[in-house]
This record gives sequence, C-alpha cells and structure tokens, in this order.
Amino acid sequence: MNEDRNTPEATRRNFLTGTARLAGGIALVSVAATTPARATPATMQTAIKKVIGEAPLRKGKVTIDVPPLVENGNTVPVTVSVESPMTAAEHVKAIHVFNEKNPQPNVIGVRLGPRAGKAALSTRIKLADVQKIIAVAQLSDGSFWSDEADVIVTIAACVEDLR
Amino acid sequence: MTARALINVPAKARKGEIVEIKTLIAHPMETGFRVGLNGALIPRDIITNFVCTYNGEEVFRAEFSPAIAANPFLTFFTTATATGTIEFQWTGDNGFSATESAPITVE
Repeated sequence: MNEDRNTPEATRRNFLTGTARLAGGIALVSVAATTPARATPATMQTAIKKVIGEAPLRKGKVTIDVPPLVENGNTVPVTVSVESPMTAAEHVKAIHVFNEKNPQPNVIGVRLGPRAGKAALSTRIKLADVQKIIAVAQLSDGSFWSDEADVIVTIAACVEDLR
Repeated sequence: MTARALINVPAKARKGEIVEIKTLIAHPMETGFRVGLNGALIPRDIITNFVCTYNGEEVFRAEFSPAIAANPFLTFFTTATATGTIEFQWTGDNGFSATESAPITVE
C-alpha cells in the first residue's frame, strides 16, 4: 500500500505540495498585514474637492510629464507645467498633484505667484501601484485646470517591508 | 539637526531673467505605512513644508506628503529681480528643520 511513498516520484510530489501550501500561507499573511487603507479613485476625488470646492475642473493648460512605464515605484520623476503668462493679472496661484492608489491621495501642493516667471515644477514621487496621477492648477482668476497621466509600475513602492 | 542639502542656483543672471532653481535634501521620508522588523508600523518621519524666499520675500512654497520620494528633489522657477540671497527652509516631523542659502548676482 505505502510502497509508492518511497519512490522518488512520490516524495517529490509530497515535497512540492507541502512547499506550495507553505508559500500560500506566507503570501496570505503578508497580504493581510501590508494593506493599510489604500486611497481609491473616490478618496482622490474627495481630496480634489477639498482643494477646488464646487468650482468646475477643466482639462487643459496643465501638462503632466511622467514616464508611462516605471521600473521602480520608489522614485518616479514627475514634471508639471502650466501654460500661463505669469503676470500680476494672470498667473498660476497653486499646483496640486494627486494619485489614485497610494495610501494617501495627496502627493504635493505648491504655491507660487507672478514672480515665478514660469509655472513649472519637477520632483520625484513614490507610486504604490499601477495608477493614474492628476495635476490640478489654480489660476489667479479662480479657475481650475487639470491633466492626468497613467503610469505602469513594475516594482511598487511601500512593499519592501523590513521583515 | 543638520541635513545635507544641495542647491543649484545660477550665480549670475540678467535682470528679469527666469532662472531655474534645483534643490535636493538628504532625508529618509519614512511614509508611516511600512511594517518594520517587529511587525509594527514604522512611524512617519517626513519633511512637510518647504519655503523659498528671495531677499526675504516668499517666492515659492511646497507642502510634501509621504508620496514624495526619499531625499526630496524639487525644481522650480523664479524671476531674478535684484542681487541678494535666495533662502531655502525645510521643516518636517520630529522637529526637523534645515536652512540653506545661495547668493545670486543680477546684472
């Protein structure tokens, strides 16, 4: 009956199923432990609403420049620029960047004025997942303009836990 | 607490010229969402605010979130108006504060 237990084939199978179960268990535990509340497209909308209030958000004027495919989500270069003459009468007052799936929807918010000369900024951000990022610019006349970009991340930030 | 910061401001500019300013500061930007060796979350430790002043007048301000990468890098623009100094200040969690300044000559 139990003769086949000792054949090389059988022990190999036992070993494989055993390790697979073990690996599955580890994966389940780590998924459960490493997902503190994630931002969702809905929380991003709430965060945007907090900035713009009830004003309409129009597409255009803003250009968000981010690589479409990112290898490492820990440092993703992002450039946001806004078309504006940057005069005292017509300038960009603020630029905000939001994301969909990091733990928090906000990325950066900056305030500038006509003295900037050019409404643009570059920084490096962390992205936890394949997602959409949105830049919103507030102009001196009170209007809000936006642009969005999709980013594919192969190695996400925030997953390299120190365990 | 001192932190290493790198600033790139053109030494000379014509009056009215738009100059690019690049800043980089050493900081871990711990998000507060990562789990440490003991299984507990590592507390948040980030830079939250950045202010740039030109001869005492504020020209640029930024609010950082945990989504900013470690060693925050930021570039922006300003108009060269007068010879003087451009000052940079970063503040953050756990009383973090760092200042840096760069001279600029306007012709």
